[in-house]
Amino acid sequence: MRRIIFALGLIGVVLLLVLNILPEPSAERTPLEHLRAEYKVTHKPSVDHSKFDALEGPFASPQEVTKACISCHTERHKEVMQSSHWNWDRIEYIDGVGIRKVGKKNILNNFCIGISGNEQSCNRCHIGYGYHDDSFNFGNAYNVDCLACHDQSNLYMKAGAGMPDPSVDLASVAKEVGKPTRTNCGTCHFFGGGGNNVKHGDLDMAMFEPSRDLDVHMAVEGSNMQCVACHTAEQHQMLGKSYSVSSMNRDRVSCESCHGDLPHADKILNNHTLKVACQTCHIPTYAKENPTKLEWDWSTAGQLQDGKPFAIEDDSLGVDTYMSIKGSFVWGKNIEPEYAWFNGTASHYLIGDTFDAQDTLQINTLRGTYSDPDAKIIPVKVHRAKQIYDKKHDYLIQPKTVSTHPGDSAYWKEFDWDKACAAGMREVGLPYSGEYGFVNTEMYWPVNHMVAPANKSLTCAECHTRSDGRLAGLTDFYMPGRDRNAWVERAGVGLLVLTLLGVLAHGSARYIILRRRGGGAK
Amino acid sequence: MKREYVYQAFERFWHWAQAALITLLGVTGFEIHGSLKFFGFRQAVEIHNFAAITFLILISFAIFWHLTSGVWRQYVPTTGNVKAQIDYYITGIFRGAPHPTKKTVLSKLNPLQKLVYAGLKVLVIPIVVTSGLIYMFYRYPQQYEIISLNIKGLSVVAVIHTFGAFLLAAFFVMHVYLTTTGSTPTANLKAMVTGFEDLPDEDHETPHTARNERKPELVN
Repeated sequence: MRRIIFALGLIGVVLLLVLNILPEPSAERTPLEHLRAEYKVTHKPSVDHSKFDALEGPFASPQEVTKACISCHTERHKEVMQSSHWNWDRIEYIDGVGIRKVGKKNILNNFCIGISGNEQSCNRCHIGYGYHDDSFNFGNAYNVDCLACHDQSNLYMKAGAGMPDPSVDLASVAKEVGKPTRTNCGTCHFFGGGGNNVKHGDLDMAMFEPSRDLDVHMAVEGSNMQCVACHTAEQHQMLGKSYSVSSMNRDRVSCESCHGDLPHADKILNNHTLKVACQTCHIPTYAKENPTKLEWDWSTAGQLQDGKPFAIEDDSLGVDTYMSIKGSFVWGKNIEPEYAWFNGTASHYLIGDTFDAQDTLQINTLRGTYSDPDAKIIPVKVHRAKQIYDKKHDYLIQPKTVSTHPGDSAYWKEFDWDKACAAGMREVGLPYSGEYGFVNTEMYWPVNHMVAPANKSLTCAECHTRSDGRLAGLTDFYMPGRDRNAWVERAGVGLLVLTLLGVLAHGSARYIILRRRGGGAK
Repeated sequence: MKREYVYQAFERFWHWAQAALITLLGVTGFEIHGSLKFFGFRQAVEIHNFAAITFLILISFAIFWHLTSGVWRQYVPTTGNVKAQIDYYITGIFRGAPHPTKKTVLSKLNPLQKLVYAGLKVLVIPIVVTSGLIYMFYRYPQQYEIISLNIKGLSVVAVIHTFGAFLLAAFFVMHVYLTTTGSTPTANLKAMVTGFEDLPDEDHETPHTARNERKPELVN
């Protein structure tokens, strides 16, 4: 009797255990239908700016437009002037370095290197008027360019140092303003690095009017979401950041803010979300429609034909693979990202940092490991370059490339590295030794856009596979289907093979002896 | 020789269900491990997880049955006759010598079987099941409701689980082969299918079976 009670108890425990672990975890899910409905609602402006007298014009300067804006929106310029869009730097804590003010203003990259001395061209994308050198007055509210982000006429265009193109009719543009669209953001952000999709790889002019396959959220025939649907702004402080210039885990846009932590109906998929970012599976390739730059070799720049710069175009992709002013490029389209652990913090090469030129220099480093509880695997575009550095001082050089007036040593005019380096380094206030070389550098660009429709996301075996899987490079954890312990594998396979051989030998011996004995009896 | 009802209905059901599940778990498991391709990774994981839960339920019923019927006593290892049984497989079987252990309804297992089956039941299967459950339900040492065990990674768990799987696979091969060593090559197989087997008369009992076996409460 006691045994039966014991057995019943045991069974009860086992059943309870099984029943307890069988049901799906009750995940708080945001159903897609809700989201679709929410983003179907189009924004209806509460005012018609064309009816305002203040915007009648004519405007003698763009600053007058801003003045007119401020006459109603009396405090907004103050918000804008707090933003990274305006300041091009902000205070960041960089692990191992400390607190620094970093941003486009002073961070070098491995594309066109940096803005110092080149403001006239680079700063056409600054949301201000006239940032043509470091004497720009960041305290002058009338220099805030409201139109760059709020123009709805599609007639606005910025030119040198961020001034409006002379062809722009300011009065007509000023009357058509509203909530920023993909066109506003894309005009700058799709063309970073000096051309369409050059820098990011996942921000491309095809996204002005994307198809569903290109980007499931922004698809014109789908939810047609605008950039600001995710990059929301509170008092002109936009969510989202680029880790080419940011270091801290803050103000990030996350898929989870809409989709939740456990967004799948399938529990096995949800099990991944703690360590694998959504983007990893849902952005199987980037640069889907137009090529992006993968490699940039500055060391080949400067070749001239008949004393003139030239370019060589790659017919298959329709992009330049060589330019006298910039060197040679490798482009790629529909690229599988590389993958990295990322905990939301990054470190940066800061101007003046020294390095060993034998090694590849990481311009920015994404931090994180498997054991870091904040880290997830993310897809990244890695941009590899050979860029100019000072061979004596062992630091990167900020060359002057953009010419504003004759004889200003700009490389793109004079093709003399020594002069360009000396001029550029003068701008940043560091000595140039007179000896330059080229060092291999890498930049890491997290891939967040070009989210594919669900049925085009990665499948299990693209990572869970013995060799050449997507995550073959991340070896600090055990992944089923990819990893095994060499000893257990050897012992196990050995045991299995010995058993099979033993059974075969034993069986055939029995068979032969039995037949012989049977034969002998006859 | 006497025709006896050796394997009861539940026992046969249990045996074959277990055989099917272990085969399925083996194939899908080694597919997840990357050793073979059959169902595709995703299907393999789904089948493996489903079969694992089914196996747990079957095990709980089997434990209940073994405890209540008293049949569990048949698995208690003995030291007697182990050597004789090994000698039989090494030499006797080739000479056509008789089995050193008489199979009876109340003592179906020879000493080697007892040893191996007991090892499976108390060691290998519990280890594979436990590591499998941890494998399935462990999460990272982290937030949300999906925390359960503070395990930093799969490496140890997975390696133990894999090693157990290799042991079971080797057992599977050996077990299938040894079914052919009955009175005829298919006698054991038939017995496990029908439940009936021709057993030697119980008149001359071996010392081993003569010991006071508790009579199982047979349930038909």
